[in-house]
Amino acid sequence: MALTKKKGYGPADPKRRRALKEMAMYAAGTAGIAAAVTGFAGQSRSLPAETLRPPGALPEHDFQSACVRCGLCVRACPYNTLKLAEFGDGPAIGTPYFVARQVPCEMCDDIPCVVACPTGALDHALTDIDNARMGEASLVGRTACLNMLGLRCDVCYRVCPVIDKAITLQLTHNARTKKHTIFEPVVHPDACTGCGKCEKSCVLEVAAIRVLPKKLAHGQIGEHYRLGWEEKDKKGKELVPGVIDLPDRLPGGPSDIEPPSLSKIPGLGKTGVGQ
Amino acid sequence: MSVRREPGVEARQQLGWFKANQWLLARRATQLGFFMLFASGPLFGIWIAKGTLASSMTLDVLPLTDPLVLLQGLVAGHRPESLALIGAGIVLGAYLLIGGRVYCSWVCPINPVTDLAAWVRRKLDIKKGWNLKPKTRLWMLGAILVAAFITGTIAFELINPITTLYRGLLFGLSWGMATLLLIFLFDVFVTRNGWCGHVCPVGAFYGLVNTTGLLRVSARGRQRCDDCMDCYAICPEMHVIAPALNTADAGDSPIITDIDCTACGRCIDVCPERVFNFTHRFDQRVDQPPAPNTMTARSRLVTAA
Repeated sequence: MALTKKKGYGPADPKRRRALKEMAMYAAGTAGIAAAVTGFAGQSRSLPAETLRPPGALPEHDFQSACVRCGLCVRACPYNTLKLAEFGDGPAIGTPYFVARQVPCEMCDDIPCVVACPTGALDHALTDIDNARMGEASLVGRTACLNMLGLRCDVCYRVCPVIDKAITLQLTHNARTKKHTIFEPVVHPDACTGCGKCEKSCVLEVAAIRVLPKKLAHGQIGEHYRLGWEEKDKKGKELVPGVIDLPDRLPGGPSDIEPPSLSKIPGLGKTGVGQ
Repeated sequence: MSVRREPGVEARQQLGWFKANQWLLARRATQLGFFMLFASGPLFGIWIAKGTLASSMTLDVLPLTDPLVLLQGLVAGHRPESLALIGAGIVLGAYLLIGGRVYCSWVCPINPVTDLAAWVRRKLDIKKGWNLKPKTRLWMLGAILVAAFITGTIAFELINPITTLYRGLLFGLSWGMATLLLIFLFDVFVTRNGWCGHVCPVGAFYGLVNTTGLLRVSARGRQRCDDCMDCYAICPEMHVIAPALNTADAGDSPIITDIDCTACGRCIDVCPERVFNFTHRFDQRVDQPPAPNTMTARSRLVTAA
């Protein structure tokens, strides 16, 4: 009988065995390193609330695939607003950020930081600084705000580069003195660029108005919500003709109010629910 | 045979300190020069290059971007602006023309750190270490691209010691520079030329583009070689030397074409016999053998024995 080895069952080739073992080792090592870097990167993706990205920054996840951490935006900033994150600062290491309470964005007309960005991590489509949305101002310290106490501070309102659009003063009755007015600073997210001038200049020990990342500050109604009065304006007439006008129930009013007829609503009629 | 021999000592004795270190000095000057292009701005207000090695703008006209950093961005899913693409194209073109790993020896700021580690290692006479395969870096390159893909971020830039060092020096020192210490200790105590020669994925990348570069080292005077082994002792990628130096066939090319060669020129410096020289890729000249009665160092040794 010939001494030919059966394919696959012969004594293991030590060379091949070593090569395979080595390969497995390196593959495992690679996977380990990839996992470690992946974990570290995931950890670094959370942006602390007080750190803001420069104008035009892509959404945080896209930003981290785009920013090469070169610092050209930092060099371009004439006001030393931007910094590159160090280990422990919060934002991913080497990425640019600013803290409004320290140095806010001065909203340069030519947006040099965006122009300098080589990769588009700061979106070059942003050409009008008023369209920047670095964050959103929010009067988080309502009870501390001097204006809310009935005094006239107005500083945040007056320093706002988008005055009377991003922050307006809403007049309400001062219930405490019963004869004065409260000038409440109200932020309008559709105009607020998140530059942070208001937060920087808030005269309080701890700023009452603060610029927060959009995702923290911004309220959003459901996508499917329709505001009746707006839809009505758009259409030019009532959306549902002959809509039920529920009677006003007045205290001590007549008890024999006729319930509205469901048959008035198109599509319901006699097969309506609840009958 | 076990007498420790410090590479370069003989060259220094025969040729003088300057000749035995000229390419090392040239490299240090170049490394410092590249750094000063960036540092002259923050230090003296003279702005030449802005940014870092990851991406920069020189004199407001020349954009340069590290192609590997950009590649990670692409893998992570970002379509970059043309400025970065042009910058990466220029850098890639330049290294394809000159030689990819010329970056490692002549530009990279980690090189002085690992060179220092190698020197300390020689001084401490640490012989053997963890025998990591040089190809490990290719796995590392793969690993960082996988990490970029999975996370959708330029993940390696969180720990990349090269850009960390530049950023730290140009924008303010950072704790991230502790990685430098790790690399130093790794090179001294764990693996000889561990980081640059085995692990660094940036070096792996530039190795892959090190196939066409014109600047090469030639063992043109290999007939004069007396097997003192100084070049092997000093070379950070010592496996690149043999094919050009110790050839079986006299007709073999004297050019060191291995993609791992960083063209650092230390072999040229330390060789007392002046075997090596910088030349271009297509220079196949080999010096004629010395006259038979000329004694080489090896024959001197043999005679003495």
